[in-house]
Amino acid sequence: MKLSREEVLHIVLLARLGLTETEVNRLREQLSNILENFEVLQQVDTTDIPPTAQSIPLQNVMRRDDEVACSLPQSQILANAPQRKENFFRVRAVLE
Amino acid sequence: MNFETIIGLEVHAQLLTKSKMFCRCSADYASAPPNTRVCPVCLGMPGVLPVINQKAVEYAIMTALALNCTISDYTKFDRKNYPYPDLMKGYQISQYDAPIGHHGWLIIEVNGEKKKVDITRVHLEEDVAKLVHCAPPGGESYSLVDVNRAGVPLMEIVGEPGLRSPEEARQYLIKLRSILQYLGVSTGNMEEGSFRCDANISIRPENSPDSLAKVEVKNMNSFKAVYLAMEYEAKRQRKVVAEGKRLVQETRGWVEEKGETVSQRSKEYAHDYRYFPEPDLPPLVLNREWVEEIGAKLPELPEARRHRFVAEYKLPLYDANLLTSSILTADYFEACMTRPPQSLSPKKHAKPVANWIIGEFSRLLNATNTEINESKVSPVALFDLVQLISEGSISGTSAKLVFEEMFKTGRSPGDIVSERGLSQISDTEEIEKDVIAVIKSNNQAVADYKAGKAPALKFLVGQVMRATKGRANPKVVNELLKQKLEEK
Repeated sequence: MKLSREEVLHIVLLARLGLTETEVNRLREQLSNILENFEVLQQVDTTDIPPTAQSIPLQNVMRRDDEVACSLPQSQILANAPQRKENFFRVRAVLE
Repeated sequence: MNFETIIGLEVHAQLLTKSKMFCRCSADYASAPPNTRVCPVCLGMPGVLPVINQKAVEYAIMTALALNCTISDYTKFDRKNYPYPDLMKGYQISQYDAPIGHHGWLIIEVNGEKKKVDITRVHLEEDVAKLVHCAPPGGESYSLVDVNRAGVPLMEIVGEPGLRSPEEARQYLIKLRSILQYLGVSTGNMEEGSFRCDANISIRPENSPDSLAKVEVKNMNSFKAVYLAMEYEAKRQRKVVAEGKRLVQETRGWVEEKGETVSQRSKEYAHDYRYFPEPDLPPLVLNREWVEEIGAKLPELPEARRHRFVAEYKLPLYDANLLTSSILTADYFEACMTRPPQSLSPKKHAKPVANWIIGEFSRLLNATNTEINESKVSPVALFDLVQLISEGSISGTSAKLVFEEMFKTGRSPGDIVSERGLSQISDTEEIEKDVIAVIKSNNQAVADYKAGKAPALKFLVGQVMRATKGRANPKVVNELLKQKLEEK
């Protein structure tokens, strides 16, 4: 199955990527190839196999105590901020 | 054409755990400086591993049980992807197709009639960072991000669209909040944002199975706001249809100052959350024994407490209802009832204590926006006041003044009464002087009374009470007046 150009543009938008026309075309090919591979997998009969959400055989991994531990120092929290104002991260305005 | 209003509510409640949902940062950020309750997990740094806080799961199970839900045997977390700067990771850890609880219900009461409202699901997720939007005049607008709130355990309770009026919506919220407070899993404070509500509202022609376009309403920060927003929307939607226009499916925000909902420009693309199982969190298999153990520990819920108040304190259902709607009020009332020393039976005073709490006390609490447990009036003091009234030591009129003073200063009623000379006069001789004086100076009323006009006596009693500044025992005044008037 070949992805439509619109489908690719939708994914690009969701991922907030700004791509050139050449990149859109290249990704359309590559993403379509990936999907085709999954189509092969879909041919396997999975009628009697319950869906799985995890590939590791673990369950009920929880923190038993509800105790508080130290957070990072504020300077470290903000250390990687591309932009900051006082003690906040500053980001471009987002319109609802 | 007649339309029916269809409302469904989604509630988000922050859970009262000490630490966050997936890390050990403090979940109490209310008074913390910005960006100080944050660790690499909160920030979504590469290589971190979130771990589920068991207490939060326990609280969600408690809530689901109290809401009569079926508890899932198998539950898991999923990533909900969306681009917004309140998410540090670019996704929120939530639960998609295997919530902790589902298919529950609760009972609300509107105009004396009970109604069962179905609950779709109860699930856990993490709260997001707080954004402050800034728009400097003439400059480029921007947002400031405080990550403290990100990762605080958040429980979402989704109700079925079973509510049919703004009042039903309000009652549902009051009931739900009261249950969360009784369970002690959330403060339920709407103004502070620890209890939030979004609503879906639509209208449908009577006898038709299909609703018109569904509108989502946000930004309601109080029970009153929910009521008003629902009332506004129900009217607006009918008006749009009456004008022959089409209703559109959209998100609208409640604007408190204007008293109306305003369309929030919808994002340019449809919601596409691309949910998938959170690979960092192994699923939970909720073992029956654990769930039963939690169920056995559930505290007394509002419904049960209300019935107990009626049975144990012989209170009318109406009073019991008002007292138990908030756990704080119910606890306060019961604290009053554990004050036995001089009194033979505190339960004898249950009704007058309830009257004070429901009446004058509530009025002052509302007027000053105070919670009952933060008031200066201790349960012991309130009980003592009721005791003073019942002994006849102070009159009802004085009691009101004494209570106002207690409310303001927190002093004991005994001290206030003796300092302000408010103790009730039951001494006949003392009252007699005033009675005679009043009869002398109110010839018209005396004549009216003699002519058989009963209200004249009430007037005369009032005059004596005024002369004694409300301290005279009204019963004694009544008797003395009658006696003196007969003699005349």
